[in-house]
Amino acid sequence: MATPRQPELRLLGGAIPYIEGPLKVSGRAEYTDDMKRPGMLVGKLLRAPWPHARLVRVDATKARAMPGVFAVLTGERYPTPFGVLPITKDETAIAVDRSRYIGDIVAAVAAQDELTAERALAAVEIDVEPLPEYSDPRVGRERVDVPIHEKGLNHSNIQKEVVQHFGDVDAAFRAATATVRVRASFAGVTHAFTEPQCTIAEATPDGRLTVWSSTQVPHYLHRALSEVLGLPMHRIRVVKPEVGGGFGGKSDPLPHEIACAALALETGRPVKILFDRDEVFYTNHGRHPTYNDVRIAADAEGNLLGYDIEAVIEGGAWSSFGTVTTYYNGVMAMGPYLLPSFRYKGQRVFTNRPPSGAMRAHGGTNIRYSVEVGLDELAEKLQLDPFDLRSRNALPPNSTTINEFRVTSTSFLKCLEAVRERSGWADKWRRLPYGQGVGLGCGFYISGSNSPIHFTPKMPQCTVHLKADMDGGITVHCMQADIGQGSNTLLAAIVAEVVGVSLDRIHVSPVDSDVTPVDIGSYSSRVTFMMGNAARKAAEGLRDRLVEATHQLTGYPREAIRVGVERFEVEHRPDIGATYMEALHQAIQTTGALQSTGAYTSPPVGGTFKGARAGTAPAYSFAAYVAQVSVDDETGVYDVEKVWAAFDCGRPLNRLAVEGQIHGSIHMGLGQFMGESMDYRGTRLMNPSLLDYKIIMPHQMPEVECLLVGADDPEGPFGAKEAGEGPLVATLPAVANALYDAIGVRFYDLPVTPDRVIKGLDRRRTDSRLWKGH
Amino acid sequence: MTTQRVLRLAINGQPVEVPSPPERILLDLLREDLNLTGTKRGCDLGTCGCCTVLLDGRPTLSCLTLATLAEGRAITTIEGISSGTELHPVQKAFVECGATQCGFCTPGFVLSAVALLRDHPRASRGEVVDAISGNLCRCTGYTKIVEAILAARPGGPG
Repeated sequence: MATPRQPELRLLGGAIPYIEGPLKVSGRAEYTDDMKRPGMLVGKLLRAPWPHARLVRVDATKARAMPGVFAVLTGERYPTPFGVLPITKDETAIAVDRSRYIGDIVAAVAAQDELTAERALAAVEIDVEPLPEYSDPRVGRERVDVPIHEKGLNHSNIQKEVVQHFGDVDAAFRAATATVRVRASFAGVTHAFTEPQCTIAEATPDGRLTVWSSTQVPHYLHRALSEVLGLPMHRIRVVKPEVGGGFGGKSDPLPHEIACAALALETGRPVKILFDRDEVFYTNHGRHPTYNDVRIAADAEGNLLGYDIEAVIEGGAWSSFGTVTTYYNGVMAMGPYLLPSFRYKGQRVFTNRPPSGAMRAHGGTNIRYSVEVGLDELAEKLQLDPFDLRSRNALPPNSTTINEFRVTSTSFLKCLEAVRERSGWADKWRRLPYGQGVGLGCGFYISGSNSPIHFTPKMPQCTVHLKADMDGGITVHCMQADIGQGSNTLLAAIVAEVVGVSLDRIHVSPVDSDVTPVDIGSYSSRVTFMMGNAARKAAEGLRDRLVEATHQLTGYPREAIRVGVERFEVEHRPDIGATYMEALHQAIQTTGALQSTGAYTSPPVGGTFKGARAGTAPAYSFAAYVAQVSVDDETGVYDVEKVWAAFDCGRPLNRLAVEGQIHGSIHMGLGQFMGESMDYRGTRLMNPSLLDYKIIMPHQMPEVECLLVGADDPEGPFGAKEAGEGPLVATLPAVANALYDAIGVRFYDLPVTPDRVIKGLDRRRTDSRLWKGH
Repeated sequence: MTTQRVLRLAINGQPVEVPSPPERILLDLLREDLNLTGTKRGCDLGTCGCCTVLLDGRPTLSCLTLATLAEGRAITTIEGISSGTELHPVQKAFVECGATQCGFCTPGFVLSAVALLRDHPRASRGEVVDAISGNLCRCTGYTKIVEAILAARPGGPG
């Protein structure tokens, strides 16, 4: 059937308030911990106080005998390993034989109430033999006596090593007029979402298991539950209630989710596990503590000749997404510039500390910091304006990077132009009084990982089902996980846009594996692109059925019928047509409720060498940010006064949501730059609380001006690309480069706390080679 | 057995009697005993502000408040802010301005904002920022929250 012409976009592109907003502001939105099941027990986890220990004896006999205790599970009951990546399954629901970090789960209890559960945990008897502990990823890269995992490279603690070389980096550096080298360190940071993890599991006598959980990726949880518990997937139902933030921290299947389900199977009663805040910190899966070393070569005109990069990233106790992270810490250096040569060696190293994993702008944040600070230094060496250096090297649209990323749309040059003008760069850079400065930072990010994590069975990355029944409502089924980013609203708006109905007709079904077809979840900034395309196809199928019905009712040819508002009408004869309800009721006469399906599978892109898939995406977002700072050089305290954020997310489909993602990304990026840090003494986390782990407070948040200048992406839904993670990466280097403009000090160790500013100023005053002022 | 005693509370304008041990925390009483789950548990340590309620109109962290200390005082939770299904102007502004993303911190912010605007209907941006400095949000960067509260002032954002 010919596709009727899409009229001007009616909803998309505007500001669309969240459809579930009224429920959230009134306290009516239901999160996992808001639910109760009849006869529900309290689940609690015993966490290891030892950094690394062999579990010689774990005896739960006394705990099991206590009144009010329904089950105590130890590791040997469900020893099957799992992990988010099929190639590195090294976690267990409960530690088996060995615990690997302070906070590792060594027993799980289900009891009638919290106090009884706590007492039962205290009654579990454990004898351990301490093992060597590792708290620094830079050690443990050689052969060690007791590696943290057996699979470590050559009996070391290296979980993954990546070596890549494209072009001829040595020749590039020999030919270079200017080179810079940035060696930087980054403390670990964590997601710090406000909702602590919570899971409820219930096994019923019909042989089924239902798990409600605060997860970003219900589908991977579904798979992990099946594998570890030995139940077929069709007997497990996974439900995602509202989720109070994730940012990557709820994207791995987590051990407590499986332990909770195991307790439910063991007791036959519903069991809830709700984390205390310190358990959220110990579970972590946050950004990897990182050491990187970046060398950049350029010719006299400022053309980039090559990057030579090394990175050591700390994995903590588990693999998690770490193989991907190891690749990303190299390849995310690639854009938004055209680069003729590139070499990378990256190592991810296990330690006996809480696991690192995926966190917003996963794998890209730290490497982009070092690259963008390095480019600022390079511009200074070559006496170029930082903007000119970057625009000279910008990756053109429809190009291929040296590591074979396919780049289609990019509005990076427009981002640079817009932010240069709006920030008043020409009047500010090197012209503001001492203590004030502006800096530029740029970035790019994947708009959805092109590869799914699981390749079996072969299936689309997202499927959307629609149901339109006689009541006039349209129910949308899809397992995409709204964790606050607004994907439910986008799903509804796309359907309403294509079918031409008002938004209140659209009901987005709760995520429930019994009902909603698989989407592989909220990670890698994939949802707008992949779900959006699937939703559009599904809605077009429904629309075509209604056009057919209008043809039957009016006798006019299908090709002449266009989508109006709540109406299908004949082109040039808008008086002739059918209302949405008339067309719907015509269409359902013999079939009953209309159904329609849409799916998205990413295109075949990328090279064929080992690791070629890492970082491939159907599209990329681009960013150019300017930050303005003022520094008090007595105290080292500085304010980030304003950030101009030029961002290319293609066509922004919901301006409210895109701006919200940019604000939130800047908040999180600033937090990592200014003060967030997982502080350790050896293997012990010292600040597992929101009082001591300092996120940005309202008075620290700068004014933000969003400049959404992207051109339509050819494959994105209505031209859209991601805006969930890319907006973070440019923040940190923009502020660092602004500090240099303000006080002439470079910062290579994050976070940049006031004491480090003072130390930097002292260094500058005593070293005559360093910057002397404007 | 812990001794229980009947607490007499006034919650959202309704008198309520709840048998309760003396150490009962107000947050637990609201969520567990009365099913008022709009008040959120983010940390149990008074660090996040998700559990904010109004005690005699003042924003109070219910996770740090013994329920017995709320006796004889007016408790307002998020469930008492809207009238039936009609949202309060602060709530409407939060929806329209995009001030809620994941929503978990939102009830606490709404209560802090309602208390501020009741006492200071023309609160300045600085006063708004001060008033929400006990509430953490990890999604919004606070930008749209501040915008929403300014927009909810009688007479609007100007």
